[in-house]
Amino acid sequence: MTDLRIRIGDLALANPVMPASGTFSPELAALIDFNRLGALVPKTFTRQIRQGNPEPRLAEVPGGMVASIGIPSKGLDYFLTETVPFYRRFAPPLIASISAETPAAFAELAGETAVEGVAAIELNLSCPNLEADGRAFAMVASTTEKTVAACVKAARCPIWAKLTPNVGDMTEIAKAAEQGGAQAVVVANGFLAMAIDAETFRPRVGNVMGGLTGPAPKPIILRFVYQCARAVSIPIIGCGGIATTEDTVEYMLAGAAAVQVGTATFVDPDAMTTIIDGLDAFCARKGIARVADLTGALILPGTAKAAEKEPVL
Amino acid sequence: MSVAVRTTLTNDTVGDAAQPRPRRVIGAIVGNHPLGEHYFRLDVGAPADALAARPGQFFHLRCPPRGDQPAYLRRPMSLFAADPQGGRLSFLIKLVGKGTRALAGLGEGDQLDMVGPLGNGFTLPLQPRHLLLVGRGCGLATLFPLAKAGRALGARVTALVSLSRPASLAIEPLFAAEGTETLLVNDADGSSDPARVERLLKNLPPVDAAYSCGSNRLAALLAGLCKDWRIPGQVALEEPMACGLGACLGCVHPFREEGKTVYRRVCVEGPVFDLAKVHP
Repeated sequence: MTDLRIRIGDLALANPVMPASGTFSPELAALIDFNRLGALVPKTFTRQIRQGNPEPRLAEVPGGMVASIGIPSKGLDYFLTETVPFYRRFAPPLIASISAETPAAFAELAGETAVEGVAAIELNLSCPNLEADGRAFAMVASTTEKTVAACVKAARCPIWAKLTPNVGDMTEIAKAAEQGGAQAVVVANGFLAMAIDAETFRPRVGNVMGGLTGPAPKPIILRFVYQCARAVSIPIIGCGGIATTEDTVEYMLAGAAAVQVGTATFVDPDAMTTIIDGLDAFCARKGIARVADLTGALILPGTAKAAEKEPVL
Repeated sequence: MSVAVRTTLTNDTVGDAAQPRPRRVIGAIVGNHPLGEHYFRLDVGAPADALAARPGQFFHLRCPPRGDQPAYLRRPMSLFAADPQGGRLSFLIKLVGKGTRALAGLGEGDQLDMVGPLGNGFTLPLQPRHLLLVGRGCGLATLFPLAKAGRALGARVTALVSLSRPASLAIEPLFAAEGTETLLVNDADGSSDPARVERLLKNLPPVDAAYSCGSNRLAALLAGLCKDWRIPGQVALEEPMACGLGACLGCVHPFREEGKTVYRRVCVEGPVFDLAKVHP
């Protein structure tokens, strides 16, 4: 039996596998045992009720999908009275994913979200900041730091920053999140993307553009994780196209302490529990006692380790 | 095949204890038969809880990898038939794109990965005398199991079958085998024109409840008739879907409620909705 436990800042998790926000719902409990997961991450919510983007919201593309959902939200009250009690029936820590339109609004919402039963708050920094010309919070280092710092001050629980991949140099943003006091960065969210119907000349999603998720962007997010891991000392939670145990191992070798599984759950509802079992078996096969030892264990060319024989068993 | 029986038709079956819980099932294909030019019927072995699916409920099918561009997402397919004695579940599928082409390539003994049954099924009146089904194309697959359910309750069942061309789907004999009277219309001879369909339906003897799937125009037409006839109606909606479990919020349909647009998920709040709410 491999020791699958990991730490993300103040939080101890039973294993490194958790859902990505927006791909997890109470209905999934009919199909998988939530108690087996490392953490529980429900859909991002906003203070107010939001209807989300017009339909169609989904377009399948090779190796994934383009989705323009638009953060539909039932609001803060629903989260506190329905979502928290529902997920508290399960053992893994509950991570609340929140979004707002200004740094101050983020902080205020974080403060009210940090109730008993919420173990950490993930800031969805991929939404537009109304005070920065509508650019996503995590597209700008200064607003990332300001928002994270304000939330850390307002909330009595760990803050995680979920970053957007729609940037040139993510390490600057990750450093800003760390500077602001984030206990982890989640790398990353969907790539801004498009899909067009050549027959009808129309965009395939109602909001014209959407986020690309699924296996297609995995190699790029993996590269972001590798770069961020060298730039910050807080844990990184990899999120992008993870569908298998091997994907998870790759992310951990690149420097991730944990992973979030998203779109894969839509195709394979058991994806997360299959990965947890697979990590145990993988580590046993490799003679690795603790799954945490995989984090950053990438062997780079030119190093002494690289000269050794392949450590494959 | 269990059917919800109600005196009034509402979409209030969420959380209904009688509804089987969804789960993932791997079944072996026992038959794959073409049914007209653009359709095929897939028969798959399934356990009792999957066979307890209600008319209107659906299964989320994993498309087998095939060709150089495999379909990534599952494909939602409504229950076409369930045979508890034979332990067999059937889907009637229209060839549309790479997902349905991959499903069409399944042969006897191949495995099919299904999640279901999902969504809310149709509800039937307590003692129906005459049920009307109005469907077009692949929507007829969704309505088909209502024919057996209606006949089992002793009702007369009439199905309006609308197709682009009569040869595209050979479903009339199947309805006939269930004791259903069919009205066949198609685009090729113009008989599927809504005004002509309306005249056909207005000549029917009194109807207790009506059901639609597969055509927005036909559903709108039927909604008007239901209003005139003061009878309940339901419609099964179709939207592209990712998870089928309410998580992705991708398969929404807009509803006008109190002057505002409200999006409801077809997978968990539907796919069966009150016709009067979809076409007010």
